[in-house]
Amino acid sequence: MEYFIQQSINGLTLGSIYGLIAIGYTMVYGIIGMINFAHGDVFMLGAFMAMIVFLALTTFIGGVPVVLALLLMMLVAMLLTGLWSWTIERLAYRPLRGSFRLAPLITAIGMSIALSNFVQVTQGPRNKPIPPLVNGGVTIYGTGITIAYKQMVIVIVTAILLAAFWYLVNRTTLGRAQRSCEQDRKMAALLGIDVDKTISMTFVMGAMLAAVAGTLYLMFYGVISFTDGFTPGVKAFTAAVLGGIGSLPGAVVGGLLIGLIEALWSAYFSIDYKDVAAFSILAIVLIFLPSGILGRPEVEKV
Amino acid sequence: MADIQSSGQDSVYAKAAKEAVFAGIIAFGLFFLVVGFRTDQNINNELVLVQRWGLLAIFVAVAAIGRFIFAAFITPSREQAKLAKSKAPAAAKVDRRSLKAAVSRFGLALLFIYPFVVILILALIQFAVTGQWSFQSGVQGSLKYVDNFGIQILIYVMLAWGLNIVVGLAGLLDLGYVAFYAVGAYSYALLSAHFGLSFWLLLPMAGIFAAMWGIVLGFPVLRLRGDYLAIVTLAFGEIIRLVLINWTVVTKGTFGISGIAKATLFGIPFTPGPTGFAAMFGLPNSGVYYKIFLYYLILFLALLTAWVTIRLRRMPIGRAWEALREDEIACRSLGINTTTTKLTAFATGAMFGGFAGSFFAARQGFVSPESFVFLESAIILAIVVLGGMGSLIGIAIAAAVMIGGTELLRELEFLKLIFGNDFTPELYRMLLFGLAMIVVMVWKPRGFVGNREPSAFLHERKMISSEFTKEGHG
Repeated sequence: MEYFIQQSINGLTLGSIYGLIAIGYTMVYGIIGMINFAHGDVFMLGAFMAMIVFLALTTFIGGVPVVLALLLMMLVAMLLTGLWSWTIERLAYRPLRGSFRLAPLITAIGMSIALSNFVQVTQGPRNKPIPPLVNGGVTIYGTGITIAYKQMVIVIVTAILLAAFWYLVNRTTLGRAQRSCEQDRKMAALLGIDVDKTISMTFVMGAMLAAVAGTLYLMFYGVISFTDGFTPGVKAFTAAVLGGIGSLPGAVVGGLLIGLIEALWSAYFSIDYKDVAAFSILAIVLIFLPSGILGRPEVEKV
Repeated sequence: MADIQSSGQDSVYAKAAKEAVFAGIIAFGLFFLVVGFRTDQNINNELVLVQRWGLLAIFVAVAAIGRFIFAAFITPSREQAKLAKSKAPAAAKVDRRSLKAAVSRFGLALLFIYPFVVILILALIQFAVTGQWSFQSGVQGSLKYVDNFGIQILIYVMLAWGLNIVVGLAGLLDLGYVAFYAVGAYSYALLSAHFGLSFWLLLPMAGIFAAMWGIVLGFPVLRLRGDYLAIVTLAFGEIIRLVLINWTVVTKGTFGISGIAKATLFGIPFTPGPTGFAAMFGLPNSGVYYKIFLYYLILFLALLTAWVTIRLRRMPIGRAWEALREDEIACRSLGINTTTTKLTAFATGAMFGGFAGSFFAARQGFVSPESFVFLESAIILAIVVLGGMGSLIGIAIAAAVMIGGTELLRELEFLKLIFGNDFTPELYRMLLFGLAMIVVMVWKPRGFVGNREPSAFLHERKMISSEFTKEGHG
C-alpha cells in the first residue's frame, strides 16, 4: 500500500506537468479547432528560457534565494514564451485562418520542427544539466512514504495557477470573450469581440502555462535538451484528448490520469513499456468514450 | 495628383518604418535569451554562459529590415497587382489539361533515363576538365546523385502516394503512417535473417503484413473522427516504435538489425564474385550497378502505387473513398458500407507503406527504430498536403522540392568559404525544412496542385477549383 501511495504521488506530480501543458492544447483546440503541434516545443523553449535565466542569475548576481530564483525563472520564461507563441500564431497560423483544416496543422508541424532545430542550432545539441534547485523532502510520520520538496513545489504551483486560470476564464472579460469565441466565432465578432485578439491571447496564455510547466520540468529533472519537447508534448496532447479535447477540467484530469498510468505501470509492470501503456489506454478509452472523459459529444448537423 | 501620390508614398514609408521598429522590438524580445546567450559546458561539466550580442543585433536588424521591405514594397505591389487583376476582364480559361499531360509525360521519361543522364553529364564534365573520355569515372561519380537524390526522393514519393490514398482520397487523417513503413522494413529484415527468404518473396509478404496491421489499427478507430483519429494513429505509430526499441530479443532494440540481405536481379546477386552481376556482364566491379538497380526498383514500385491509385479511383471502392471524404453521412444514406470503405483505405495505404519499408531495408542493409520516428510521418504527411491532397503530380513535385532541397543542403560545401570552416550547412537542414513547410503552406494553402479532376462526371470533365473540394472529417 505504501508503495502504491508513493507511486501515486510521483504520478500526480508528473501528471500536474502534463496537465499544465495539456491546457494549452485544449484551449487552442477549443477556440480554433486546430492541433497546435508546436506546443510541445514551446514548452521546451520555456524550459530553456528558465535554464538561461537561472544561469544568468548565478553568473551575474551570485547567490539568489531559491524561491526568488524560481519565481524569476517562471516569470521571465512565461513572458518570453508568451511572446514567442504570439509571434508564432501571428506568422504561421493567422494567415491560414479560414483556410482548410489541414493547412494550419502542417504549419504547426513545420513550426515544431523549426523550433526544436532552432534551439539545437543556437544552444547546441547537448543535454543541459543544472545543479539541483530544491533538495530534500519529508517522510510522512509512521510510514515509508516520502514527498520530495520539489514535488510539493510542482503541485502547489500547479494548484495556484489552475485557480488563477479558472478565475481568468470564468470571471474576467477576456475569459468571457474566449468562451464566446469557442461557442460561435462569427456571432462573437458580430457582438463586438475582437476575435483575432482573443485567439492571440489564448495562444499566449497556453504558452505561459507551458513555460511554467517547462520551468517545473527543469527543476524536477535538472536537465533539458532540445528534443525534450516531443514526448511531453505528445503525452500532454494525449491527456487533452483523454480528458475530452476542448474541455479545460478535462485537460487537467487527463494529465493527472496519464501521469498516474505512467507511474503505476512503471512501478508494477515494466518501465520500458510505460509510454506504450499510456498510448494503449488512450486508444481503449477512445473506443468506448469517443469524445473523451469530460468532452461534449460531437453533434453532427446534416 | 502627383503630390497626393508622393504624400501617399511617404505615409507608406512612415508606416513601414513604424512596423519595422515594432518588429525589431519583438525580435529583441524573442531572441534576447536564446540567441543573446549561449550555454556551454566547461571542463567541470558545468554550464557557463557565453554572450553573443553581435549575433542578437544581426537577428534584430534582419527582422526589422525584412519587415520594412515587406511593408514598404511587397505589400503595396501585391495590392496593386490584385487591383489590376480585378479590373482586367476575365481571361479566357486555358485548358491546361494537355499541358499537364505533356509535363507529366516528360517528367516520367526523365525519370526513366535519369541515372544515365547523370552518368553522361558527369562523364562530359570529366571530359571537359581533364580532356580524357572516361565513362567509368562518370559511373562512379553518379553514385551520389542516384542514391541521395534519385532513390531518396522516390522513396518519399512512394510513401506520400501511399499515404495519399488514406488522407487525400479517403480523407482520414493518419499521423502514424511510418508505422507501416516500419512493419514492412522489419518483416523483411527479420524474415530474411531467420528464414533466408529472398527479397522478391518478402516484398509482397511485407506488403500483406503491413496491410494486416492497417486493418488491425483500422478496426478500433473506425468510430473516431477528425482529430481523435489523428491522435490514435499517432499513438499507434509511437507504440510500434517503442515496441521495436524495447522488444530486444527479436528486434535487437536500438542497435537495429544489420547485414540484411540485398535484393537480387532474377537471382543474380550484386556481389563482386564471379557469379555477381558485374562479372556476368563483363563489367568492371562497382557498387553503382546495385544503386541503379535499386533506382529502377523504387521507380517501378512508386509507379505501381500511382497506377493502382489511378485505377482504384475509377473503381467503385475509389469512388466510395472520395464520397466518404466529401460527406460521410450522405455516404451512409446511399448505402455505402463505411466500415469496409475505411478499412480498405487503411489497408491499401498501409500495403504500399510496407512495400516501401521492405525496399528501404534492402537498400540500407540496416534497420533501426531511429528511422521510424514521428518526424518521418510528419514529413510524409507534409508532402501530401503541400503537393495538394489527391494530386499525384503535385505530391511528386512536393517530394522533389522538400526532400531534394534538404538533400541539396548537404552539398553546399562552398558555404564554408563564406561563413568559415566551423559552418556546417547540414545543421540547418531540418530548421530550413520546417521553415519551408510554413512558407509554402502560407503561400499556397491548397498545395502546389490544388485543383482536382473529377473521377466521375456528367457530359464533360470540368476542373474543380480547390475552394470546392473538401478534405474530409475523419
